[in-house]
Amino acid sequence: MVNPYIPYPVRIDEIKTETEDKSLKTFKFVFLNPEDEEKFAYRAGQFAELSIPGLGEIPIGIASSPVEKGFVKFTVFKTGKVTSHLHSMKEGDIMGIRGPLGNWYPWDLLEGKNVVIIGGGFAFTTLRSSIIYMLDPENRKKFKDIHVIYGARSPGMLLYKEELEQWAARDDLNMHITVDGTDDPEWKHHTGFVPTITEQEAPAGTEDTYAIVCGPPVMIKFTQPVLDKLGYTDDRIIMSLENRMKCGIGMCGRCNIGKEFVCKDGPVFTLRQLNQTPKEY
Amino acid sequence: MKVIKIDKNEWASGLEKLRSAYELIGPVKEKFYHAFQSLESGQQPDMDYINTRVSPKYVIYPQSELILECSLNENDEDYKIYKEPEKEYKAKAILGIRPCDADSFSLVRRNFDTEEYKDPYWLRAYESTTFVGLACDQPCPTCFCSSAGSGPYSDSNLDILLADNGDHYLARLLTDKGEKLAEAAGWSQETGEEADQQIDQKKQEAESAIQSSVNTDKLASQSLLDLYEAADAIWEKEAFSCINCGTCTFVCPTCWCFDVQDEVSGKKGYRIRNWDSCMYPLFTMHASGHNPRGTKVDRLRQRFMHKLKYYVDKYENGIQCTGCGRCVQLCPVNIDIRRICNMLNSYDPESCTCEVTAS
Repeated sequence: MVNPYIPYPVRIDEIKTETEDKSLKTFKFVFLNPEDEEKFAYRAGQFAELSIPGLGEIPIGIASSPVEKGFVKFTVFKTGKVTSHLHSMKEGDIMGIRGPLGNWYPWDLLEGKNVVIIGGGFAFTTLRSSIIYMLDPENRKKFKDIHVIYGARSPGMLLYKEELEQWAARDDLNMHITVDGTDDPEWKHHTGFVPTITEQEAPAGTEDTYAIVCGPPVMIKFTQPVLDKLGYTDDRIIMSLENRMKCGIGMCGRCNIGKEFVCKDGPVFTLRQLNQTPKEY
Repeated sequence: MKVIKIDKNEWASGLEKLRSAYELIGPVKEKFYHAFQSLESGQQPDMDYINTRVSPKYVIYPQSELILECSLNENDEDYKIYKEPEKEYKAKAILGIRPCDADSFSLVRRNFDTEEYKDPYWLRAYESTTFVGLACDQPCPTCFCSSAGSGPYSDSNLDILLADNGDHYLARLLTDKGEKLAEAAGWSQETGEEADQQIDQKKQEAESAIQSSVNTDKLASQSLLDLYEAADAIWEKEAFSCINCGTCTFVCPTCWCFDVQDEVSGKKGYRIRNWDSCMYPLFTMHASGHNPRGTKVDRLRQRFMHKLKYYVDKYENGIQCTGCGRCVQLCPVNIDIRRICNMLNSYDPESCTCEVTAS
């Protein structure tokens, strides 16, 4: 019997502070046992439990992409007991990863379609994983137009800044970066909230166009009517939820929305599915 | 199916013979209430009990259970690498468990034994246990097992069913595990066909003695969102007196929710799982402070919707309740799952009303 509670041991290989307020760091992990990397085979959109022995576990979306080999990456916001401790850890430290957990963005369904990625704040992690996956030379041809709309409060609060600039320079991806506001005269991207930029830049909703929306509740609340107006039906709006979790395998009972568990049946749901469940997230 | 007769003095001596192969667990009176306990040598289970206050779920699923441990000594090779603790799963026999409580393990199994993931701790404990059930001839006024998918003689999760027949038990040996235990105890008095009929007759009498029931026939066809949104007709009223004490979840044989916590002692790290309760705000509170079930109405609704609708829809195998009646007896503010079940079953979304039954 495989014990689903045992984490794979990993070593912190690299830590990068992502944002100007230092509240977000990206941790790059290497598996201590190389065979565990194969067992950890994942798809973009899944999450894992980061495990600090003696302290606890936290469910975090996987920010690295299945096409990146030799490591896994997670971007973590410092907020509670475990994340605060993690932020004080050093390269070389040993901890654990348990997963991959949950479902993923519906990659089979998205093949041959236009994909619009809409992200805000630090909910951009599994979206990074998705973009890297779609831009992989093997995969890019599987998708039609790709739009990415990503916003943060200020330029210093954007995640993955170098990659964002690289993506903005590409001609096979329509990149729309925005900030709520900035006093930087050099700022060459958009200024404005994500819903506004979505209204201006997102393609119209067609049978062949899917939106993946991931961000803070307020962004989702105001982006949804925009997508409605652009003609996106609720089965073509894909969202990723978070809820408090412990086991990550649908047993401990706390992350449910109705009869679905966010950890096991999600975290990815279509808006149509969410419209049929209690809004307990 | 084989029925044997066990004289009560033979029962006591048989239990002593079982001790070498089994850990014996049975009902024992502690001060005012009965509880399932490991029986020491010479100690007999009190088979005249009605039922225990807390369900015997902890025999398989302890209230607090070590699941992983690791070294926190930097010099150790496996420093900070969590491993399963060594634990022996010795054969156990749970004696005199009531059929409703035994049935609860089949309901809970659907949570811990899934296609994708198996909980090794729950399953190993379950599989190493032999269930020797004691049929109920004197149901309590709060018992509603027979309409909750169980019954006073329900044997679907038992290895042996005992029916008390004065100076002896009639015992149905239901599984190989049960036969093995009877053999080890030296219980082998053959009975005739009439013994089987006698059990059936006692079963009918016991079932007709149950006065309380729930209606569940329409639960599956009700709309989940309609029931969820029936705030005025059901949830606000029912939650008004609830103090979120969690007694119902604590005593319930089918409440399985748990929390996971890490602890450090000396140079060792431990990961422990503990029973948790959907009645408590921290159960669902995000690190940000946001709480998707932030009010007691949300939490009470979660408990009853889980048992009476989510579970029904998810497994298509009835309600997540065996009708043991503990939560009805012990709720300090008289919230009654039978009343709520009948409300959900009879809810009419057109008029937003339901039949309120006295219970």
